Amino acid sequence: MKKFSLSLSAVLLALFLLCPTLLLASGKALRVAIIAPSAQNDLAFTQSIVEGIKAIQKDREIDLAITDGTFVVEDAAAAIRDYAKKGYDLVIAHGSQYGGSLKEIAPDFPDTAFAWGTAADTFGLPNVSSYEAASDEGGYVMGVMAAAMSKKGGVGVVGPIEVGDAKLYVDGFVQGAKAQNPKIRAKVNYIGSFSDVALAAEAARAHIAAGADVLTGTAQMVVGAIGAARSKRVAWFGTQANQTELAPEIVVASQVYKWEVILKKIIADMDNGVKGGRMYDINLANNGIVIEFNDAYKLAPGVKEAGMKAIEGIKDGSIKTGHRQ
Amino acid sequence: MSDSFAVMIVVATIASGIRLATPFLLASLGEALGQRSGVLNLGVDGVMLLGAFSAYYTVLQTNNLYYGLLVGIVVGLASGIFYGFITLNLQAEQGVSGIGIYLFGLGMSDLLFQKFVGTPRPILPFMPLDIPVLSGLPIVGEMLFQHSIIVYIAFGLVPLMSFVLYRTTYGLNIRAIGENPEAADSLGVSVMATRYSAIIVGNGLAGLAGAALAIELGIFQQNLTNAMGFIAIALVYFGAWSPKGVMIGSLVFGMVQSIVLQCKTFGVIPRSASDLAAMAPAIITILALVIVAKRFKQPSALTKPYVRGG
Repeated sequence: MKKFSLSLSAVLLALFLLCPTLLLASGKALRVAIIAPSAQNDLAFTQSIVEGIKAIQKDREIDLAITDGTFVVEDAAAAIRDYAKKGYDLVIAHGSQYGGSLKEIAPDFPDTAFAWGTAADTFGLPNVSSYEAASDEGGYVMGVMAAAMSKKGGVGVVGPIEVGDAKLYVDGFVQGAKAQNPKIRAKVNYIGSFSDVALAAEAARAHIAAGADVLTGTAQMVVGAIGAARSKRVAWFGTQANQTELAPEIVVASQVYKWEVILKKIIADMDNGVKGGRMYDINLANNGIVIEFNDAYKLAPGVKEAGMKAIEGIKDGSIKTGHRQ
Repeated sequence: MSDSFAVMIVVATIASGIRLATPFLLASLGEALGQRSGVLNLGVDGVMLLGAFSAYYTVLQTNNLYYGLLVGIVVGLASGIFYGFITLNLQAEQGVSGIGIYLFGLGMSDLLFQKFVGTPRPILPFMPLDIPVLSGLPIVGEMLFQHSIIVYIAFGLVPLMSFVLYRTTYGLNIRAIGENPEAADSLGVSVMATRYSAIIVGNGLAGLAGAALAIELGIFQQNLTNAMGFIAIALVYFGAWSPKGVMIGSLVFGMVQSIVLQCKTFGVIPRSASDLAAMAPAIITILALVIVAKRFKQPSALTKPYVRGG
């Protein structure tokens, strides 16, 4: 009887310890929360991560909660803590600016898995993963095509603040443009804001006045720049999400993030009991970054081919962009 | 850089500064009117957001830009009635209730956008107005006379409001109740009605500012104004509560923004100083505020609710 009791206790203890993993693996809905700075349908940064999770929802039951529009970091920190308290399995802090808050909050909730990006730092915490996009790769491809199609020899970039994913994309774009045409005038304007749509529009106009006939830009405020480019019929290259519907007549192609590629890995690692400590990235080679062309935009001969060649070069390693250097 | 190219850049910079100044000018003119009557409205940004969304949505549905402007104004006017009821009838503390209006506008505009539109969809923006002869003038034409109609409306309102404030009985009443409502009341001026009218018109202009912004950009996005309304309030102090002063303040702010943008585009401001340079318009406004605030006195009854015999 004593033996039986001991055996039963051991089985129950094992079940108790394995319970979270078994529940995850057994198909119970995974509770995932996303905290992001802009609107979930911004056709840019935030939309890309929401679409990533929604892509996984096709294969797996996920209870998804979203807190968007948290430009104020303190608001985001409150939301991160709140979701952790409510017992969400995975809390995604989608913004480089949330790193400091996450570093403070994550140790208080060791049973919760946190992921944040775009960044490459887990703070040495076992329950924090980080992820980033090799947006310089897509930026490079866009830069090559922009330089190939510019008739005036000038391309312009509207950036937010020179950090994270935005900096990678902008640097990659300039590198690609210079690689295609060393004489190209590639001007960059960081407007100092992720949200000032009016200023982004004027930055685009400043580029056009300075002789740029192909533009690009990154972050949520570029909807203003796209509008300015549209009114002047200047070609536009998008990033983070497919921006064709914003201006089908000028958007040539968009670098689109497929965050589901790394989100699947993060969730698979969670299933195996790993809650963090790892860094992930999406890139052209793992199909986490794809270049989507606007078929309605008639490109001059050779432009698309130059872009495709750049994609192959990056994939096979013969072209090195900032991220991999 | 050739001379002709340099001239072209200067022209583009000034034209850009005028465009950037326009929403600030409209909003701060409205705020100046309200403050002249003794009512502070910190909710300008919220009203701008409501005006922006309603105008955007109207254009999206009707494809008519003028309907959009009109609806933006009407929403602003309605906000004015609401704000008047809170501050004049209920005599709520103006600073706090203004912040309430701001938060309401911020949340409601986003909620309505998510509910009725979802993903940002472009609308056709205003095209530059072709003014016979003037638009074709070299340099000056492109600088001053190739703007959308909203720019001319905004700058046209400056002399109109100056006339109303300084040359009409109604304007005299507004200034009088902003300085000494008891005295104005004793002379038979209705403080309540005059303040109501100033608040309603002021909010209507804030609604128009938001509508102009959304239509000029051809898009709406969450928090589109990016706190422009708060800058507009600062510009009222900068402009010493006069329409002309407010216009100068708006132009200074817009021009500094535009010059900084151009300098960044041409690499005059290094990338490492980019974020610092982005603060330049705000810093210059604050410095100007410090200087101006010492020279001019705000309306004596500003933020003070009026109770007859109170």
